[in-house]
Amino acid sequence: MRKKVIFRGVALPYLLLVPQLAVTIVFFFWPAGMAVWQSTLRQDAFGLRTEFVAFENFLDLFGDALYLNAAWNTVIFSSSVAALALGAALFLAVQADKHIRGAGLYKTLLIWPYAVAPALAAVLWLFIFHPSIGLVGRAFGAIGIDWDYRVNGGQAMTMVVIAAAWKQVSYNFIFFLAGLQSIPTSVLEAAAIDGARPFRRFWTVIFPLLSPTAFFLLVVNLVYAFFDTFGVIHALTRGGPGNATETLIYKVYVDGVQNLNFGSSAAQSVILMVIVIALTAIQFRFIERRVHY
Amino acid sequence: MPTATIDVEALAAASRRRKARERFLTHLALILGIAVFALPIWITIVGSTHDTDTIGRGDVPLLPGTEAIHNYTTAWFQGGGGRNTFAVPASTMLWNSLIMAILIAVGKIAISLLSAFAVVFFSFPLRMVFFWMIFITLMLPVEVRIIPTFQVMTDLGLIDTMTGLTLPLIASATATLLFRQFFLTIPDEYVEAAKVDGAGPLRFFKDVVLPLSTTNIAALFVILFIYGWNQYLWPLLMVSNRDLETVIVGLTKMIGIGDTQNEWNLIMTTAVFALLPPVAVVVLMQRWFIKGLTETEK
Repeated sequence: MRKKVIFRGVALPYLLLVPQLAVTIVFFFWPAGMAVWQSTLRQDAFGLRTEFVAFENFLDLFGDALYLNAAWNTVIFSSSVAALALGAALFLAVQADKHIRGAGLYKTLLIWPYAVAPALAAVLWLFIFHPSIGLVGRAFGAIGIDWDYRVNGGQAMTMVVIAAAWKQVSYNFIFFLAGLQSIPTSVLEAAAIDGARPFRRFWTVIFPLLSPTAFFLLVVNLVYAFFDTFGVIHALTRGGPGNATETLIYKVYVDGVQNLNFGSSAAQSVILMVIVIALTAIQFRFIERRVHY
Repeated sequence: MPTATIDVEALAAASRRRKARERFLTHLALILGIAVFALPIWITIVGSTHDTDTIGRGDVPLLPGTEAIHNYTTAWFQGGGGRNTFAVPASTMLWNSLIMAILIAVGKIAISLLSAFAVVFFSFPLRMVFFWMIFITLMLPVEVRIIPTFQVMTDLGLIDTMTGLTLPLIASATATLLFRQFFLTIPDEYVEAAKVDGAGPLRFFKDVVLPLSTTNIAALFVILFIYGWNQYLWPLLMVSNRDLETVIVGLTKMIGIGDTQNEWNLIMTTAVFALLPPVAVVVLMQRWFIKGLTETEK
């Protein structure tokens, strides 16, 4: 799209673009380029010699049990977070969409967790599930469940999934509610007159009309679970116990910052960049299609 | 027939009862949902009003205690938390978070307004190349390129500075796209009129474009303020000088490995401090928040 009437000027538009472009080049293109370059290099243990190894860092990753473990953790973690956050949000949005008293108040009380930082959400749930100071953690202990997410990998994964999903529900809720409210009442009335029961009405009429929103949210939730949940894992489990909650993004941090293995960390960054670009491309293709409807 | 009228009344009563039951179940579901959201917050607020021993013993209190004033003043002026960490007062951390969030939000909005204005209202060589250069950054969240970006910051000598903390997060494809989209809806007649009146592009920007953009700016500000306030990985890497500590990172440092001997009451107090500003922004600016959220993501 293009405007017909525009201003003349040669230097001015470039001047206006300079701040944005400068920040973009210095903090996006330079580091992204460095990541690609470093992913083909390997340093010796003392950081004295660097040699060019082409794709060896990538090949090593795909043969590394710890990396495959992190990839598998990411799959489990992301799909659980997305399923939990989308399911809960859809349920609440359907309830809040009904014409009941206090709908506005319910809405306000359901959207505020969006403002809570992922790391802070983790801390709040730690207060609940901590085995010695947490309400639920102690209750588990009292009824004989051996609860300590600091030593049990499965419990640690459950914790990070709950904390990460809890924070994302309100985001999904806002979009589902907007989607529900844009469905014309005439469609719903027609279905009701045809004698469709509420449950059937939901799955045959409402849900198909919501599916564009649901698909959009699915991609957003996956991106969130992949990249924005570093804080949840760092605050709660540090990737542990063992490597039970180490996801791909957490491993980039561990290898780059703690193990100072820059070649491998850069290769992992490049893989993540490819994943993000793929997810974004899917999102855009899909949005373009929706525009044509 | 009398039986028919009875049937109708019975049916109507049954339908009323069913509607009432449905309404009750709806309210119940929503209240349960809200309770799940509110439970961790309630526990945290209650915990922030008790003394260290009560929480350390594991007697999880469900009702507020009497230590609120002591906890809140201690956390605000001195800080606390872990046994082995150097305490940073909550006031310092909150100040740093506030400055960081505002600089990021204002910075993103400012440079995006300018670049969107250039792309929409001018025609110049390489216009689309520049637009795509900005656009592609949408796909690269800072978390993905964190280590190389950190190395760039080291080369530039920006480690442990507020500039280093905020500047790399200021580039924003989202805001540029939103403003571009909005600018395209400004009628051509406005530009014509400005030209006839002899107003240059900068005058047009200041007197027409900016006033028209105020709701968009407000909506974006809410979203970007929360984005800035909630940053975690970047400040964790960039800042080792604890005078620059932001509250979210500082809070998790207070917890450390989750030691039972921590001063949990002060940690919970600091958590309340960390929660309040962004939650207040969302609740008080709800209309703009929802507008910003639904428009930036499309």
